[in-house]
Amino acid sequence: MEARSQNHKKIGSVMLFILLTVLSILFLSPIFIVLMNSFKGKFFISETPFKLPNSETFVGLDNYLSGIEKTKFLHAAGWSLFITLSSVTAILLFTSMTAWFITRVKNKFNSMLYYIFTLSMIVPFQMVMFTMTKVANVLHLDNPVGIIVIYLGFGTGLSVFMFSGFVKSIPLELEEASMIDGCGPIKTFFLVVMPVLKPITVTVAILNSMWIWNDYLLPYLLIGMDYKTIPIAIQYLKGGYGSIDMGAMMAMLVLAIIPIVVFYITCQKYIIEGVVAGAVKG
Amino acid sequence: MVRQNKKYFPIFVLPTLIAFTVAFFIPFLLGIVLSFTKFTTVIDAQWVGLRNYMEAFSSKEFTNALWFTVKFAIVSVITVNVFAFLLALLLTRKIKGTNLFRTVFFMPNLIGGIVLGYIWQLILNGILFPFGMTLTFKPEFGFWGLVILMNWQMIGYMMVIYIAGIQNIPKDVMEAAKIDGADRFQILRKITIPLVMPSVTICLFLTMSNSFKLFDQNLALTAGAPSRKTTMLALDIYNTFYGSVGSEGIGQAKAVVFTLIVALVAVIQLNLTRKREVEN
Repeated sequence: MEARSQNHKKIGSVMLFILLTVLSILFLSPIFIVLMNSFKGKFFISETPFKLPNSETFVGLDNYLSGIEKTKFLHAAGWSLFITLSSVTAILLFTSMTAWFITRVKNKFNSMLYYIFTLSMIVPFQMVMFTMTKVANVLHLDNPVGIIVIYLGFGTGLSVFMFSGFVKSIPLELEEASMIDGCGPIKTFFLVVMPVLKPITVTVAILNSMWIWNDYLLPYLLIGMDYKTIPIAIQYLKGGYGSIDMGAMMAMLVLAIIPIVVFYITCQKYIIEGVVAGAVKG
Repeated sequence: MVRQNKKYFPIFVLPTLIAFTVAFFIPFLLGIVLSFTKFTTVIDAQWVGLRNYMEAFSSKEFTNALWFTVKFAIVSVITVNVFAFLLALLLTRKIKGTNLFRTVFFMPNLIGGIVLGYIWQLILNGILFPFGMTLTFKPEFGFWGLVILMNWQMIGYMMVIYIAGIQNIPKDVMEAAKIDGADRFQILRKITIPLVMPSVTICLFLTMSNSFKLFDQNLALTAGAPSRKTTMLALDIYNTFYGSVGSEGIGQAKAVVFTLIVALVAVIQLNLTRKREVEN
C-alpha cells in the first residue's frame, strides 16, 4: 500500500516535470523563432516563419549588417546605455536622500510631499505626455542630459516610496549615535544610512533600469528626432509606409534581446527578488 | 535633531523636488487646465469650458477604445492570474528544476513592449498566413493577439509574486490540515487561497493597471489596425494629440478622463480585494 502510493507520487512528479518542460519550451519558442528567422532572407520570413533556414533562404549575417546600418544600432545601444545608467544613478542618489530626509524630519510639508509622490505613481503617462514635452522644450531638457532630470522626476514616486518604506524599518539609534559623534546629516546619511540601504537600493536600481531601458514613448517625444534609443530605433525600422525589412527587423530584435538576457542571467537572483519586493511594497 | 536638520532641506530634498515639479507636477496641473481650453502651442490656449470633454465622449474612436481597453483588461487580468497561480502551485511542489522553470517563465517580462509587439506580430502572422489572413484582417485577431502577448509577458511576473505568497504560508497550518485529513482541493480552497489574498491584491492591481495603460505593445503589434478598431485608450490619446493639429485640447480632456478611470479602477479593486485578506 505504502509502496504503491510512493510509486504514484513518483509517476506524478515525473509527469509534472515533463509538463513543465514542455511549457518552458513553448515559452521560449517565440525567441527561438525570431533568432532562426534573423538568418533568413527578408522575403522568406513573414510567410514561413516556422521553417528552418535552408540553403536557399540562409543569408548568414546579412540581416545583422544591414539592420545595424539602417538603424545605426550601435549609436542607439550607446544612447540607451548612457541614458539608463545616468538616470538610474541620479534616481538612486537623490531619491534615497529625499526619502530618508522626509521620513526622519517629520512635519506637515514633508508628509504632504510623501503623499504627492506616492499618488503620482498611478497617473498614466498620457496625462502629462504633451505638457511635459512642452515644459522640457522650454527648459532645454530635450537632450540626452536633460532627459536625466525628466527621468528623475518620473522615477521619484516609486523610488521615494520604496526607500521610505525601508528607512522606517531602520532603528533610529544608529543615526543618533552618529550624530552624537559629531557627524552632520550629510556624513550620517552617506556613512551610516546609505550602507544600510543596500538591499533596497538594488531593488530600486533594477526596477528603474528595466523601465528606462525599455521605455519608448518618453524618449521618442523628447529626443527621438536626434537621438534614438534601442526601442525607438526598432520602431523607426517599421517606417511610415508599412513596408518593413523583415530581415533587419528580426536581427535587431535579437540584438535588443541579447543584452537583456545577459543581464538577466548574471543577476537573475537579484532581479526576481527585487521585482517581488517592489511589487509587494508597491 | 529635527530642528537642526531642517536647514539641510535644500541638499536632501530640493534636487528631487525640482525634477518632480518640472517633469510631473507642473505638467499635471497644466494638463488639467488645458483640458478646458483649445490650444496648439499651450501659449495660445483659449477657454472653452467642457466642450473638449463633450467632444471626447461623442468621438466614436474614444468610446471604441474605452470598450476595447475594458474588455482587454478583464480578459487579460483573468487569464494572466489564473495561469500564473496554477504555475505557482506547480512550482511550489517538491520537484526537480523549479528554479530553472521559474527563470524561464519570468524572462519575457524583462523584454520591452516594442520588441514584444514585433515578436508576436511575426508569430501570429505566420500562424494566420496559411489561412490567407493577417493579424490586421479582423479586430478580433488583434484583440486576442494582445491578450496572448500580455499573458506571455505577465504570467511569469505574477507567478513569482504568487510563489512568494505561497511560500509565506506557515508550514504548521498545512501540516495541521493534512493531519485533519483535508484533501488537496480542500487545502487549496480553505488554506492556500485565503492566505495568499495579499498576493492576489497585488497581482490584480498590477495586471489591471498594466492592461489599462498598455501602449508600446499596442503600437507595435497592430498600431490600431484595422481602421483603428484595435486602438486602446493610451494609443487613442496619443493619436488625438499627434495625429491632427487642432485637437490637442480634446486629447488632453481624454487624458484626464483616462487618469480618472485608472485611479477609480485602482481604488475600487484595492478596496474589494483588501477586504478579503486575512491576518496570518
